[in-house]
Amino acid sequence: MYSFDFEKPSTVADAVAALGAEDAQALGGGQTLIPTLKQRLAAPSKLVSLSGIAEMQGVCVEDDGSLSIGGATTHATVAREAAATYPALAALAGQIGDPAVRNRGTIGGSVANNDPAACYPAGVLGSAATIVTNTRQIAADAFFEGMFTTALEEGEIITSIRFPVPQVASYQKFLQPASRFALVGVYLARFADGVRVTVTGASEDGVFRWSEAEEALNKEFRPDALMDLRINPANMIADLHGSKAYRAHLVSVMTKRAVEACM
Amino acid sequence: MPKDSGIGASSKRREDVRFLTGAGNYTDDINVHGQAYVHFLRSDIAHGRIKSVDTSAAEAMPGVVRVFTGKDFEGVGGMPCGWEVTDKHGAPMQEPPHPILAQGKVRHVGDPIAAIVADSLEQARDAAEAIDLDIEELPAVIDMKAAAQDDATLVHDDLKNNICYDWQLGETDDAKVDEVFANAAHVTTLDLVNNRLVANPMEPRVAVGEYKRGTDEYTLFTTSQNPHVIRLLMCAFVLGLPEHKVRVVAPDVGGGFGTKIFHYAEEAFCTFAAKACGRPVKWTSSRSEAFMSDAHGRDHVSKIELALDADNNFIGLRTNTYANLGAYLSTFSSSVPTWLHGTLMAGNYKTPVIQVNVKAMFTNTVPVDAYRGAGRPEATFQLERVVDKAARELGLDPIALRRQNFVTQFPYDTPVALTYDTGDYNGTMDKLEAAADLAGFAARKAESEANGKLRGLGINCYIEACGIAPSNIVGMLGARAGLYDAATVRVNATGSISVMVGAHSHGQGHETAFPQVVADMIGIDESMIEIVHGDTSKIPFGMGTYGSRSLAVCGSAMVKATEKVIEKAKKIAAHLLEASEADIELKDGQFSVAGTDKSVAWGDVTLTAYVPHNYPLEVEPGLEETAFYDPANFTFPAGAYACEVEVDPDTGQVSIEKFTAADDFGNIINPMIVDGQVHGGIGQGIGQALLENCAYDENGQLLSASYMDYAMPRADDVPFYGVDHSSQTPCTHNPLGVKGCGEAGAIGSPPAVVNAVLDALNSGGKAVDHIDMPVSPSRVWAAMNS
Ligand SMILES: Cc1cc2nc3c(=O)[nH]c(=O)nc-3n(C[C@H](O)[C@H](O)[C@H](O)COP(=O)(O)OP(=O)(O)OC[C@H]3O[C@@H](n4cnc5c(N)ncnc54)[C@H](O)[C@@H]3O)c2cc1C
Repeated sequence: MYSFDFEKPSTVADAVAALGAEDAQALGGGQTLIPTLKQRLAAPSKLVSLSGIAEMQGVCVEDDGSLSIGGATTHATVAREAAATYPALAALAGQIGDPAVRNRGTIGGSVANNDPAACYPAGVLGSAATIVTNTRQIAADAFFEGMFTTALEEGEIITSIRFPVPQVASYQKFLQPASRFALVGVYLARFADGVRVTVTGASEDGVFRWSEAEEALNKEFRPDALMDLRINPANMIADLHGSKAYRAHLVSVMTKRAVEACM
Repeated sequence: MPKDSGIGASSKRREDVRFLTGAGNYTDDINVHGQAYVHFLRSDIAHGRIKSVDTSAAEAMPGVVRVFTGKDFEGVGGMPCGWEVTDKHGAPMQEPPHPILAQGKVRHVGDPIAAIVADSLEQARDAAEAIDLDIEELPAVIDMKAAAQDDATLVHDDLKNNICYDWQLGETDDAKVDEVFANAAHVTTLDLVNNRLVANPMEPRVAVGEYKRGTDEYTLFTTSQNPHVIRLLMCAFVLGLPEHKVRVVAPDVGGGFGTKIFHYAEEAFCTFAAKACGRPVKWTSSRSEAFMSDAHGRDHVSKIELALDADNNFIGLRTNTYANLGAYLSTFSSSVPTWLHGTLMAGNYKTPVIQVNVKAMFTNTVPVDAYRGAGRPEATFQLERVVDKAARELGLDPIALRRQNFVTQFPYDTPVALTYDTGDYNGTMDKLEAAADLAGFAARKAESEANGKLRGLGINCYIEACGIAPSNIVGMLGARAGLYDAATVRVNATGSISVMVGAHSHGQGHETAFPQVVADMIGIDESMIEIVHGDTSKIPFGMGTYGSRSLAVCGSAMVKATEKVIEKAKKIAAHLLEASEADIELKDGQFSVAGTDKSVAWGDVTLTAYVPHNYPLEVEPGLEETAFYDPANFTFPAGAYACEVEVDPDTGQVSIEKFTAADDFGNIINPMIVDGQVHGGIGQGIGQALLENCAYDENGQLLSASYMDYAMPRADDVPFYGVDHSSQTPCTHNPLGVKGCGEAGAIGSPPAVVNAVLDALNSGGKAVDHIDMPVSPSRVWAAMNS
């Protein structure tokens, strides 16, 4: 990697100040960023570690019943501490990577990175969560803007993410055999006011809502409701691990399994 | 009764204590005072003509010691190929030069163009970015069949085409083969691909070169399976150095699987540069570099045809294979698709007429060479897939069809140049049927179906030629080396023993198994014996470890040397006991006079050898013997495997539910180590069958260049294996009666897995003839829906 300066502030304000330097970059768990640096694919002047900021850590239940997760909270912590209040989200966190990745990687890093095959974006969008940054609150529906792009501004930090807790939810992940990211992952959350179905891994545009499935399930919440529903493969990813048609097929299968898991 | 020490005991692997507690000494653990680091600037295109390489800016960068390009190596040799294959018209193979650093052209992604030696690795990488390259991109030669066309772009401009050799084995008379097929009652044909693999040992390659000006001596520390071979090739063919001035050390090596047999450019570079720079030079491969510079494995495209008569006897077999050699000839690459592949096409069957045709191709890809099994998995996969397909087409039980055609009389001369000395294929199949509980399959299948899954059973037989090999035979076949091995048994004064062996242990457990043999022969505790390997300055000239040869060949040398030691020790004992040498018996570490209670202990005799006060004058002092052993034939391990899979019909996901191996390895020294070798081999075979796929796009870019896309088998991809090696027909020509077990699992498992998947799909009502490996979910789903 190229050399860089390193800072580890203890408050969000100090982190924001440190990120003001030209070409400074936030460092979460480093599970994406460090390999990128090792391959010399990025050359930040300074890394600002977010892991020493107490206010960005941990999982808590807000007064309105929603679950608030600090932006620097690791996947392992979410898997453990959200298990009672939001089991589907905890299960999603528990399926990310391996123990080493889960003990380092953070929710803020994953959501900011918005890898088209990452798990959290499906959970965040599927839960209609709110991304809280040092300057504003962004609804999930307005946050994910396509693969590796989000509504975040330069230097903006995800300080926490607030998840309304659905009545029932399920994340169904079909593993890409090599990376074990999602070849296709479907997050289904059923709220009092409707169902949300989000898909990761499948689309050239990154995570998306499958609105036809949502409509069908709002009419009738059972696996058969999806029977005649097919998703258009045109925008799907095609690579070594699966064609467009295969991914489109998996979206149906995983959605059906998610419904079954919620019955 | 299982023994608790000596031959046949499952002694715990003593080397694991250091490996598992972080006390191993791997090449990257070796740092030499004052060392500099080299970074190789590698081609990021598959094929191009080098117009210029401007290193002037790089040379001026901080910390840079020197920058090398292909020009610096114009006076030295290139990387040699150790096996000359003669084509079917009697002409030698086409053998293009393989420079240490690219000269004139780059020929694959990863081909080294320049080498930057600097005080630190990061400085070397910084300087690499300052090198100005002018390379004219040329069309990439990737597809083997296209590469064989007359108008194909040439990988090597000086060759007449991209075909290294067009080789044939078995029946030379095409008309005779045609006639067999014309008269057959049934012919089964299959087109298949043996997928390209990256070996991916846990430890990437490393080389540290050192030169001592005072004594004009070189040392190369390297991740190698055969340090003497590296020394010979590098000294004699590449750098022109006197062998006695060069020491090659391969310390603990973290897995090889074939890919660390070969002499690589980076090794020669570090040795050369250490003198040129006046400093030790170290190279540590990154994982990304390993993907584009370690020799790859397999990569055959084949058509196989099997002819059967009206009674379902195999009467003819014909294969046509394109074998990918990549851009250059790696050390043993040419032997893999030929003598290690064609000779195995008879398999376990008495097919009378066999013709094997192989076109070996140059392409703009990483060189391909031996990978665990080397040629034998490629042969077994074709044969066992076509036999399985024939059984399905004819509505026959796949086990019965195999049994009917088994070789049952030994020795057996195959139509493809080998003589199987011994075996019992029906006996081994009996063991499999019992161990795999094949009778219970129907019930397990019903249970899977009740859970919405398809279940399939795949059967496979294999034979391999191991213990390579008789030097005179391989010499006739084109090998440019002998394939004997050597051991020195050095008894110390106090009776402990150091055994210096030419074999190299990089996971096989020699440090445990070899002492079991010597301990048994003398009757002393295993802990008194230590194995020394991997350092040309300490060991006799041996050929190293590959081809499941260590115990069969080097172990035999060790037995011979131990016999010499015992013979001499008996002379000393006879003197001490005032008896005739002929009356001396050695048992449990005691020399005794037959029929008396007079005895002397091993330790007393060894001490006497080194403190020869009361000593037979006609005997030399000391107790140390060396033996070289050249085998009389290959060994022929064989086995039968059964794999049961479940297929999820919704997603195409395959899971291996049960895997049973029945192997005949002859005599067994350490059953636990043999189990482990078989487990590891099956794991790699399952990796090939279900997961691993080294893929290039049409421009020669490596699509699976990291673990993000190259799927290695993980613990939860494989089941608990059932392993039975109670079928034992000892090898008839080596002193231990052993055959070798290192490659069996990787040879026998891929066809078992694929046969099982196809059985599942066909029993689920789909007529699917074949799916190429890796049998990934997407491929299974596509096959089910085509
Ligand atoms: C072997 C392996 C397997 C994996 N498997 C999976 C998987 O199955 N599913 C999956 O979803 N992911 C997987 N990942 C990715 C993993 O979840 C990463 O942790 C995640 O993508 C990035 O989080 P991080 O905290 O490590 O971020 P970093 O790597 O530190 O940073 C990533 C990016 O986010 C920015 N950033 C970090 N934190 C913040 C913040 N709070 N606010 C704003 N920007 C920020 C950084 O500047 C950087 O641009 C895997 C990773 C590895 C190495």
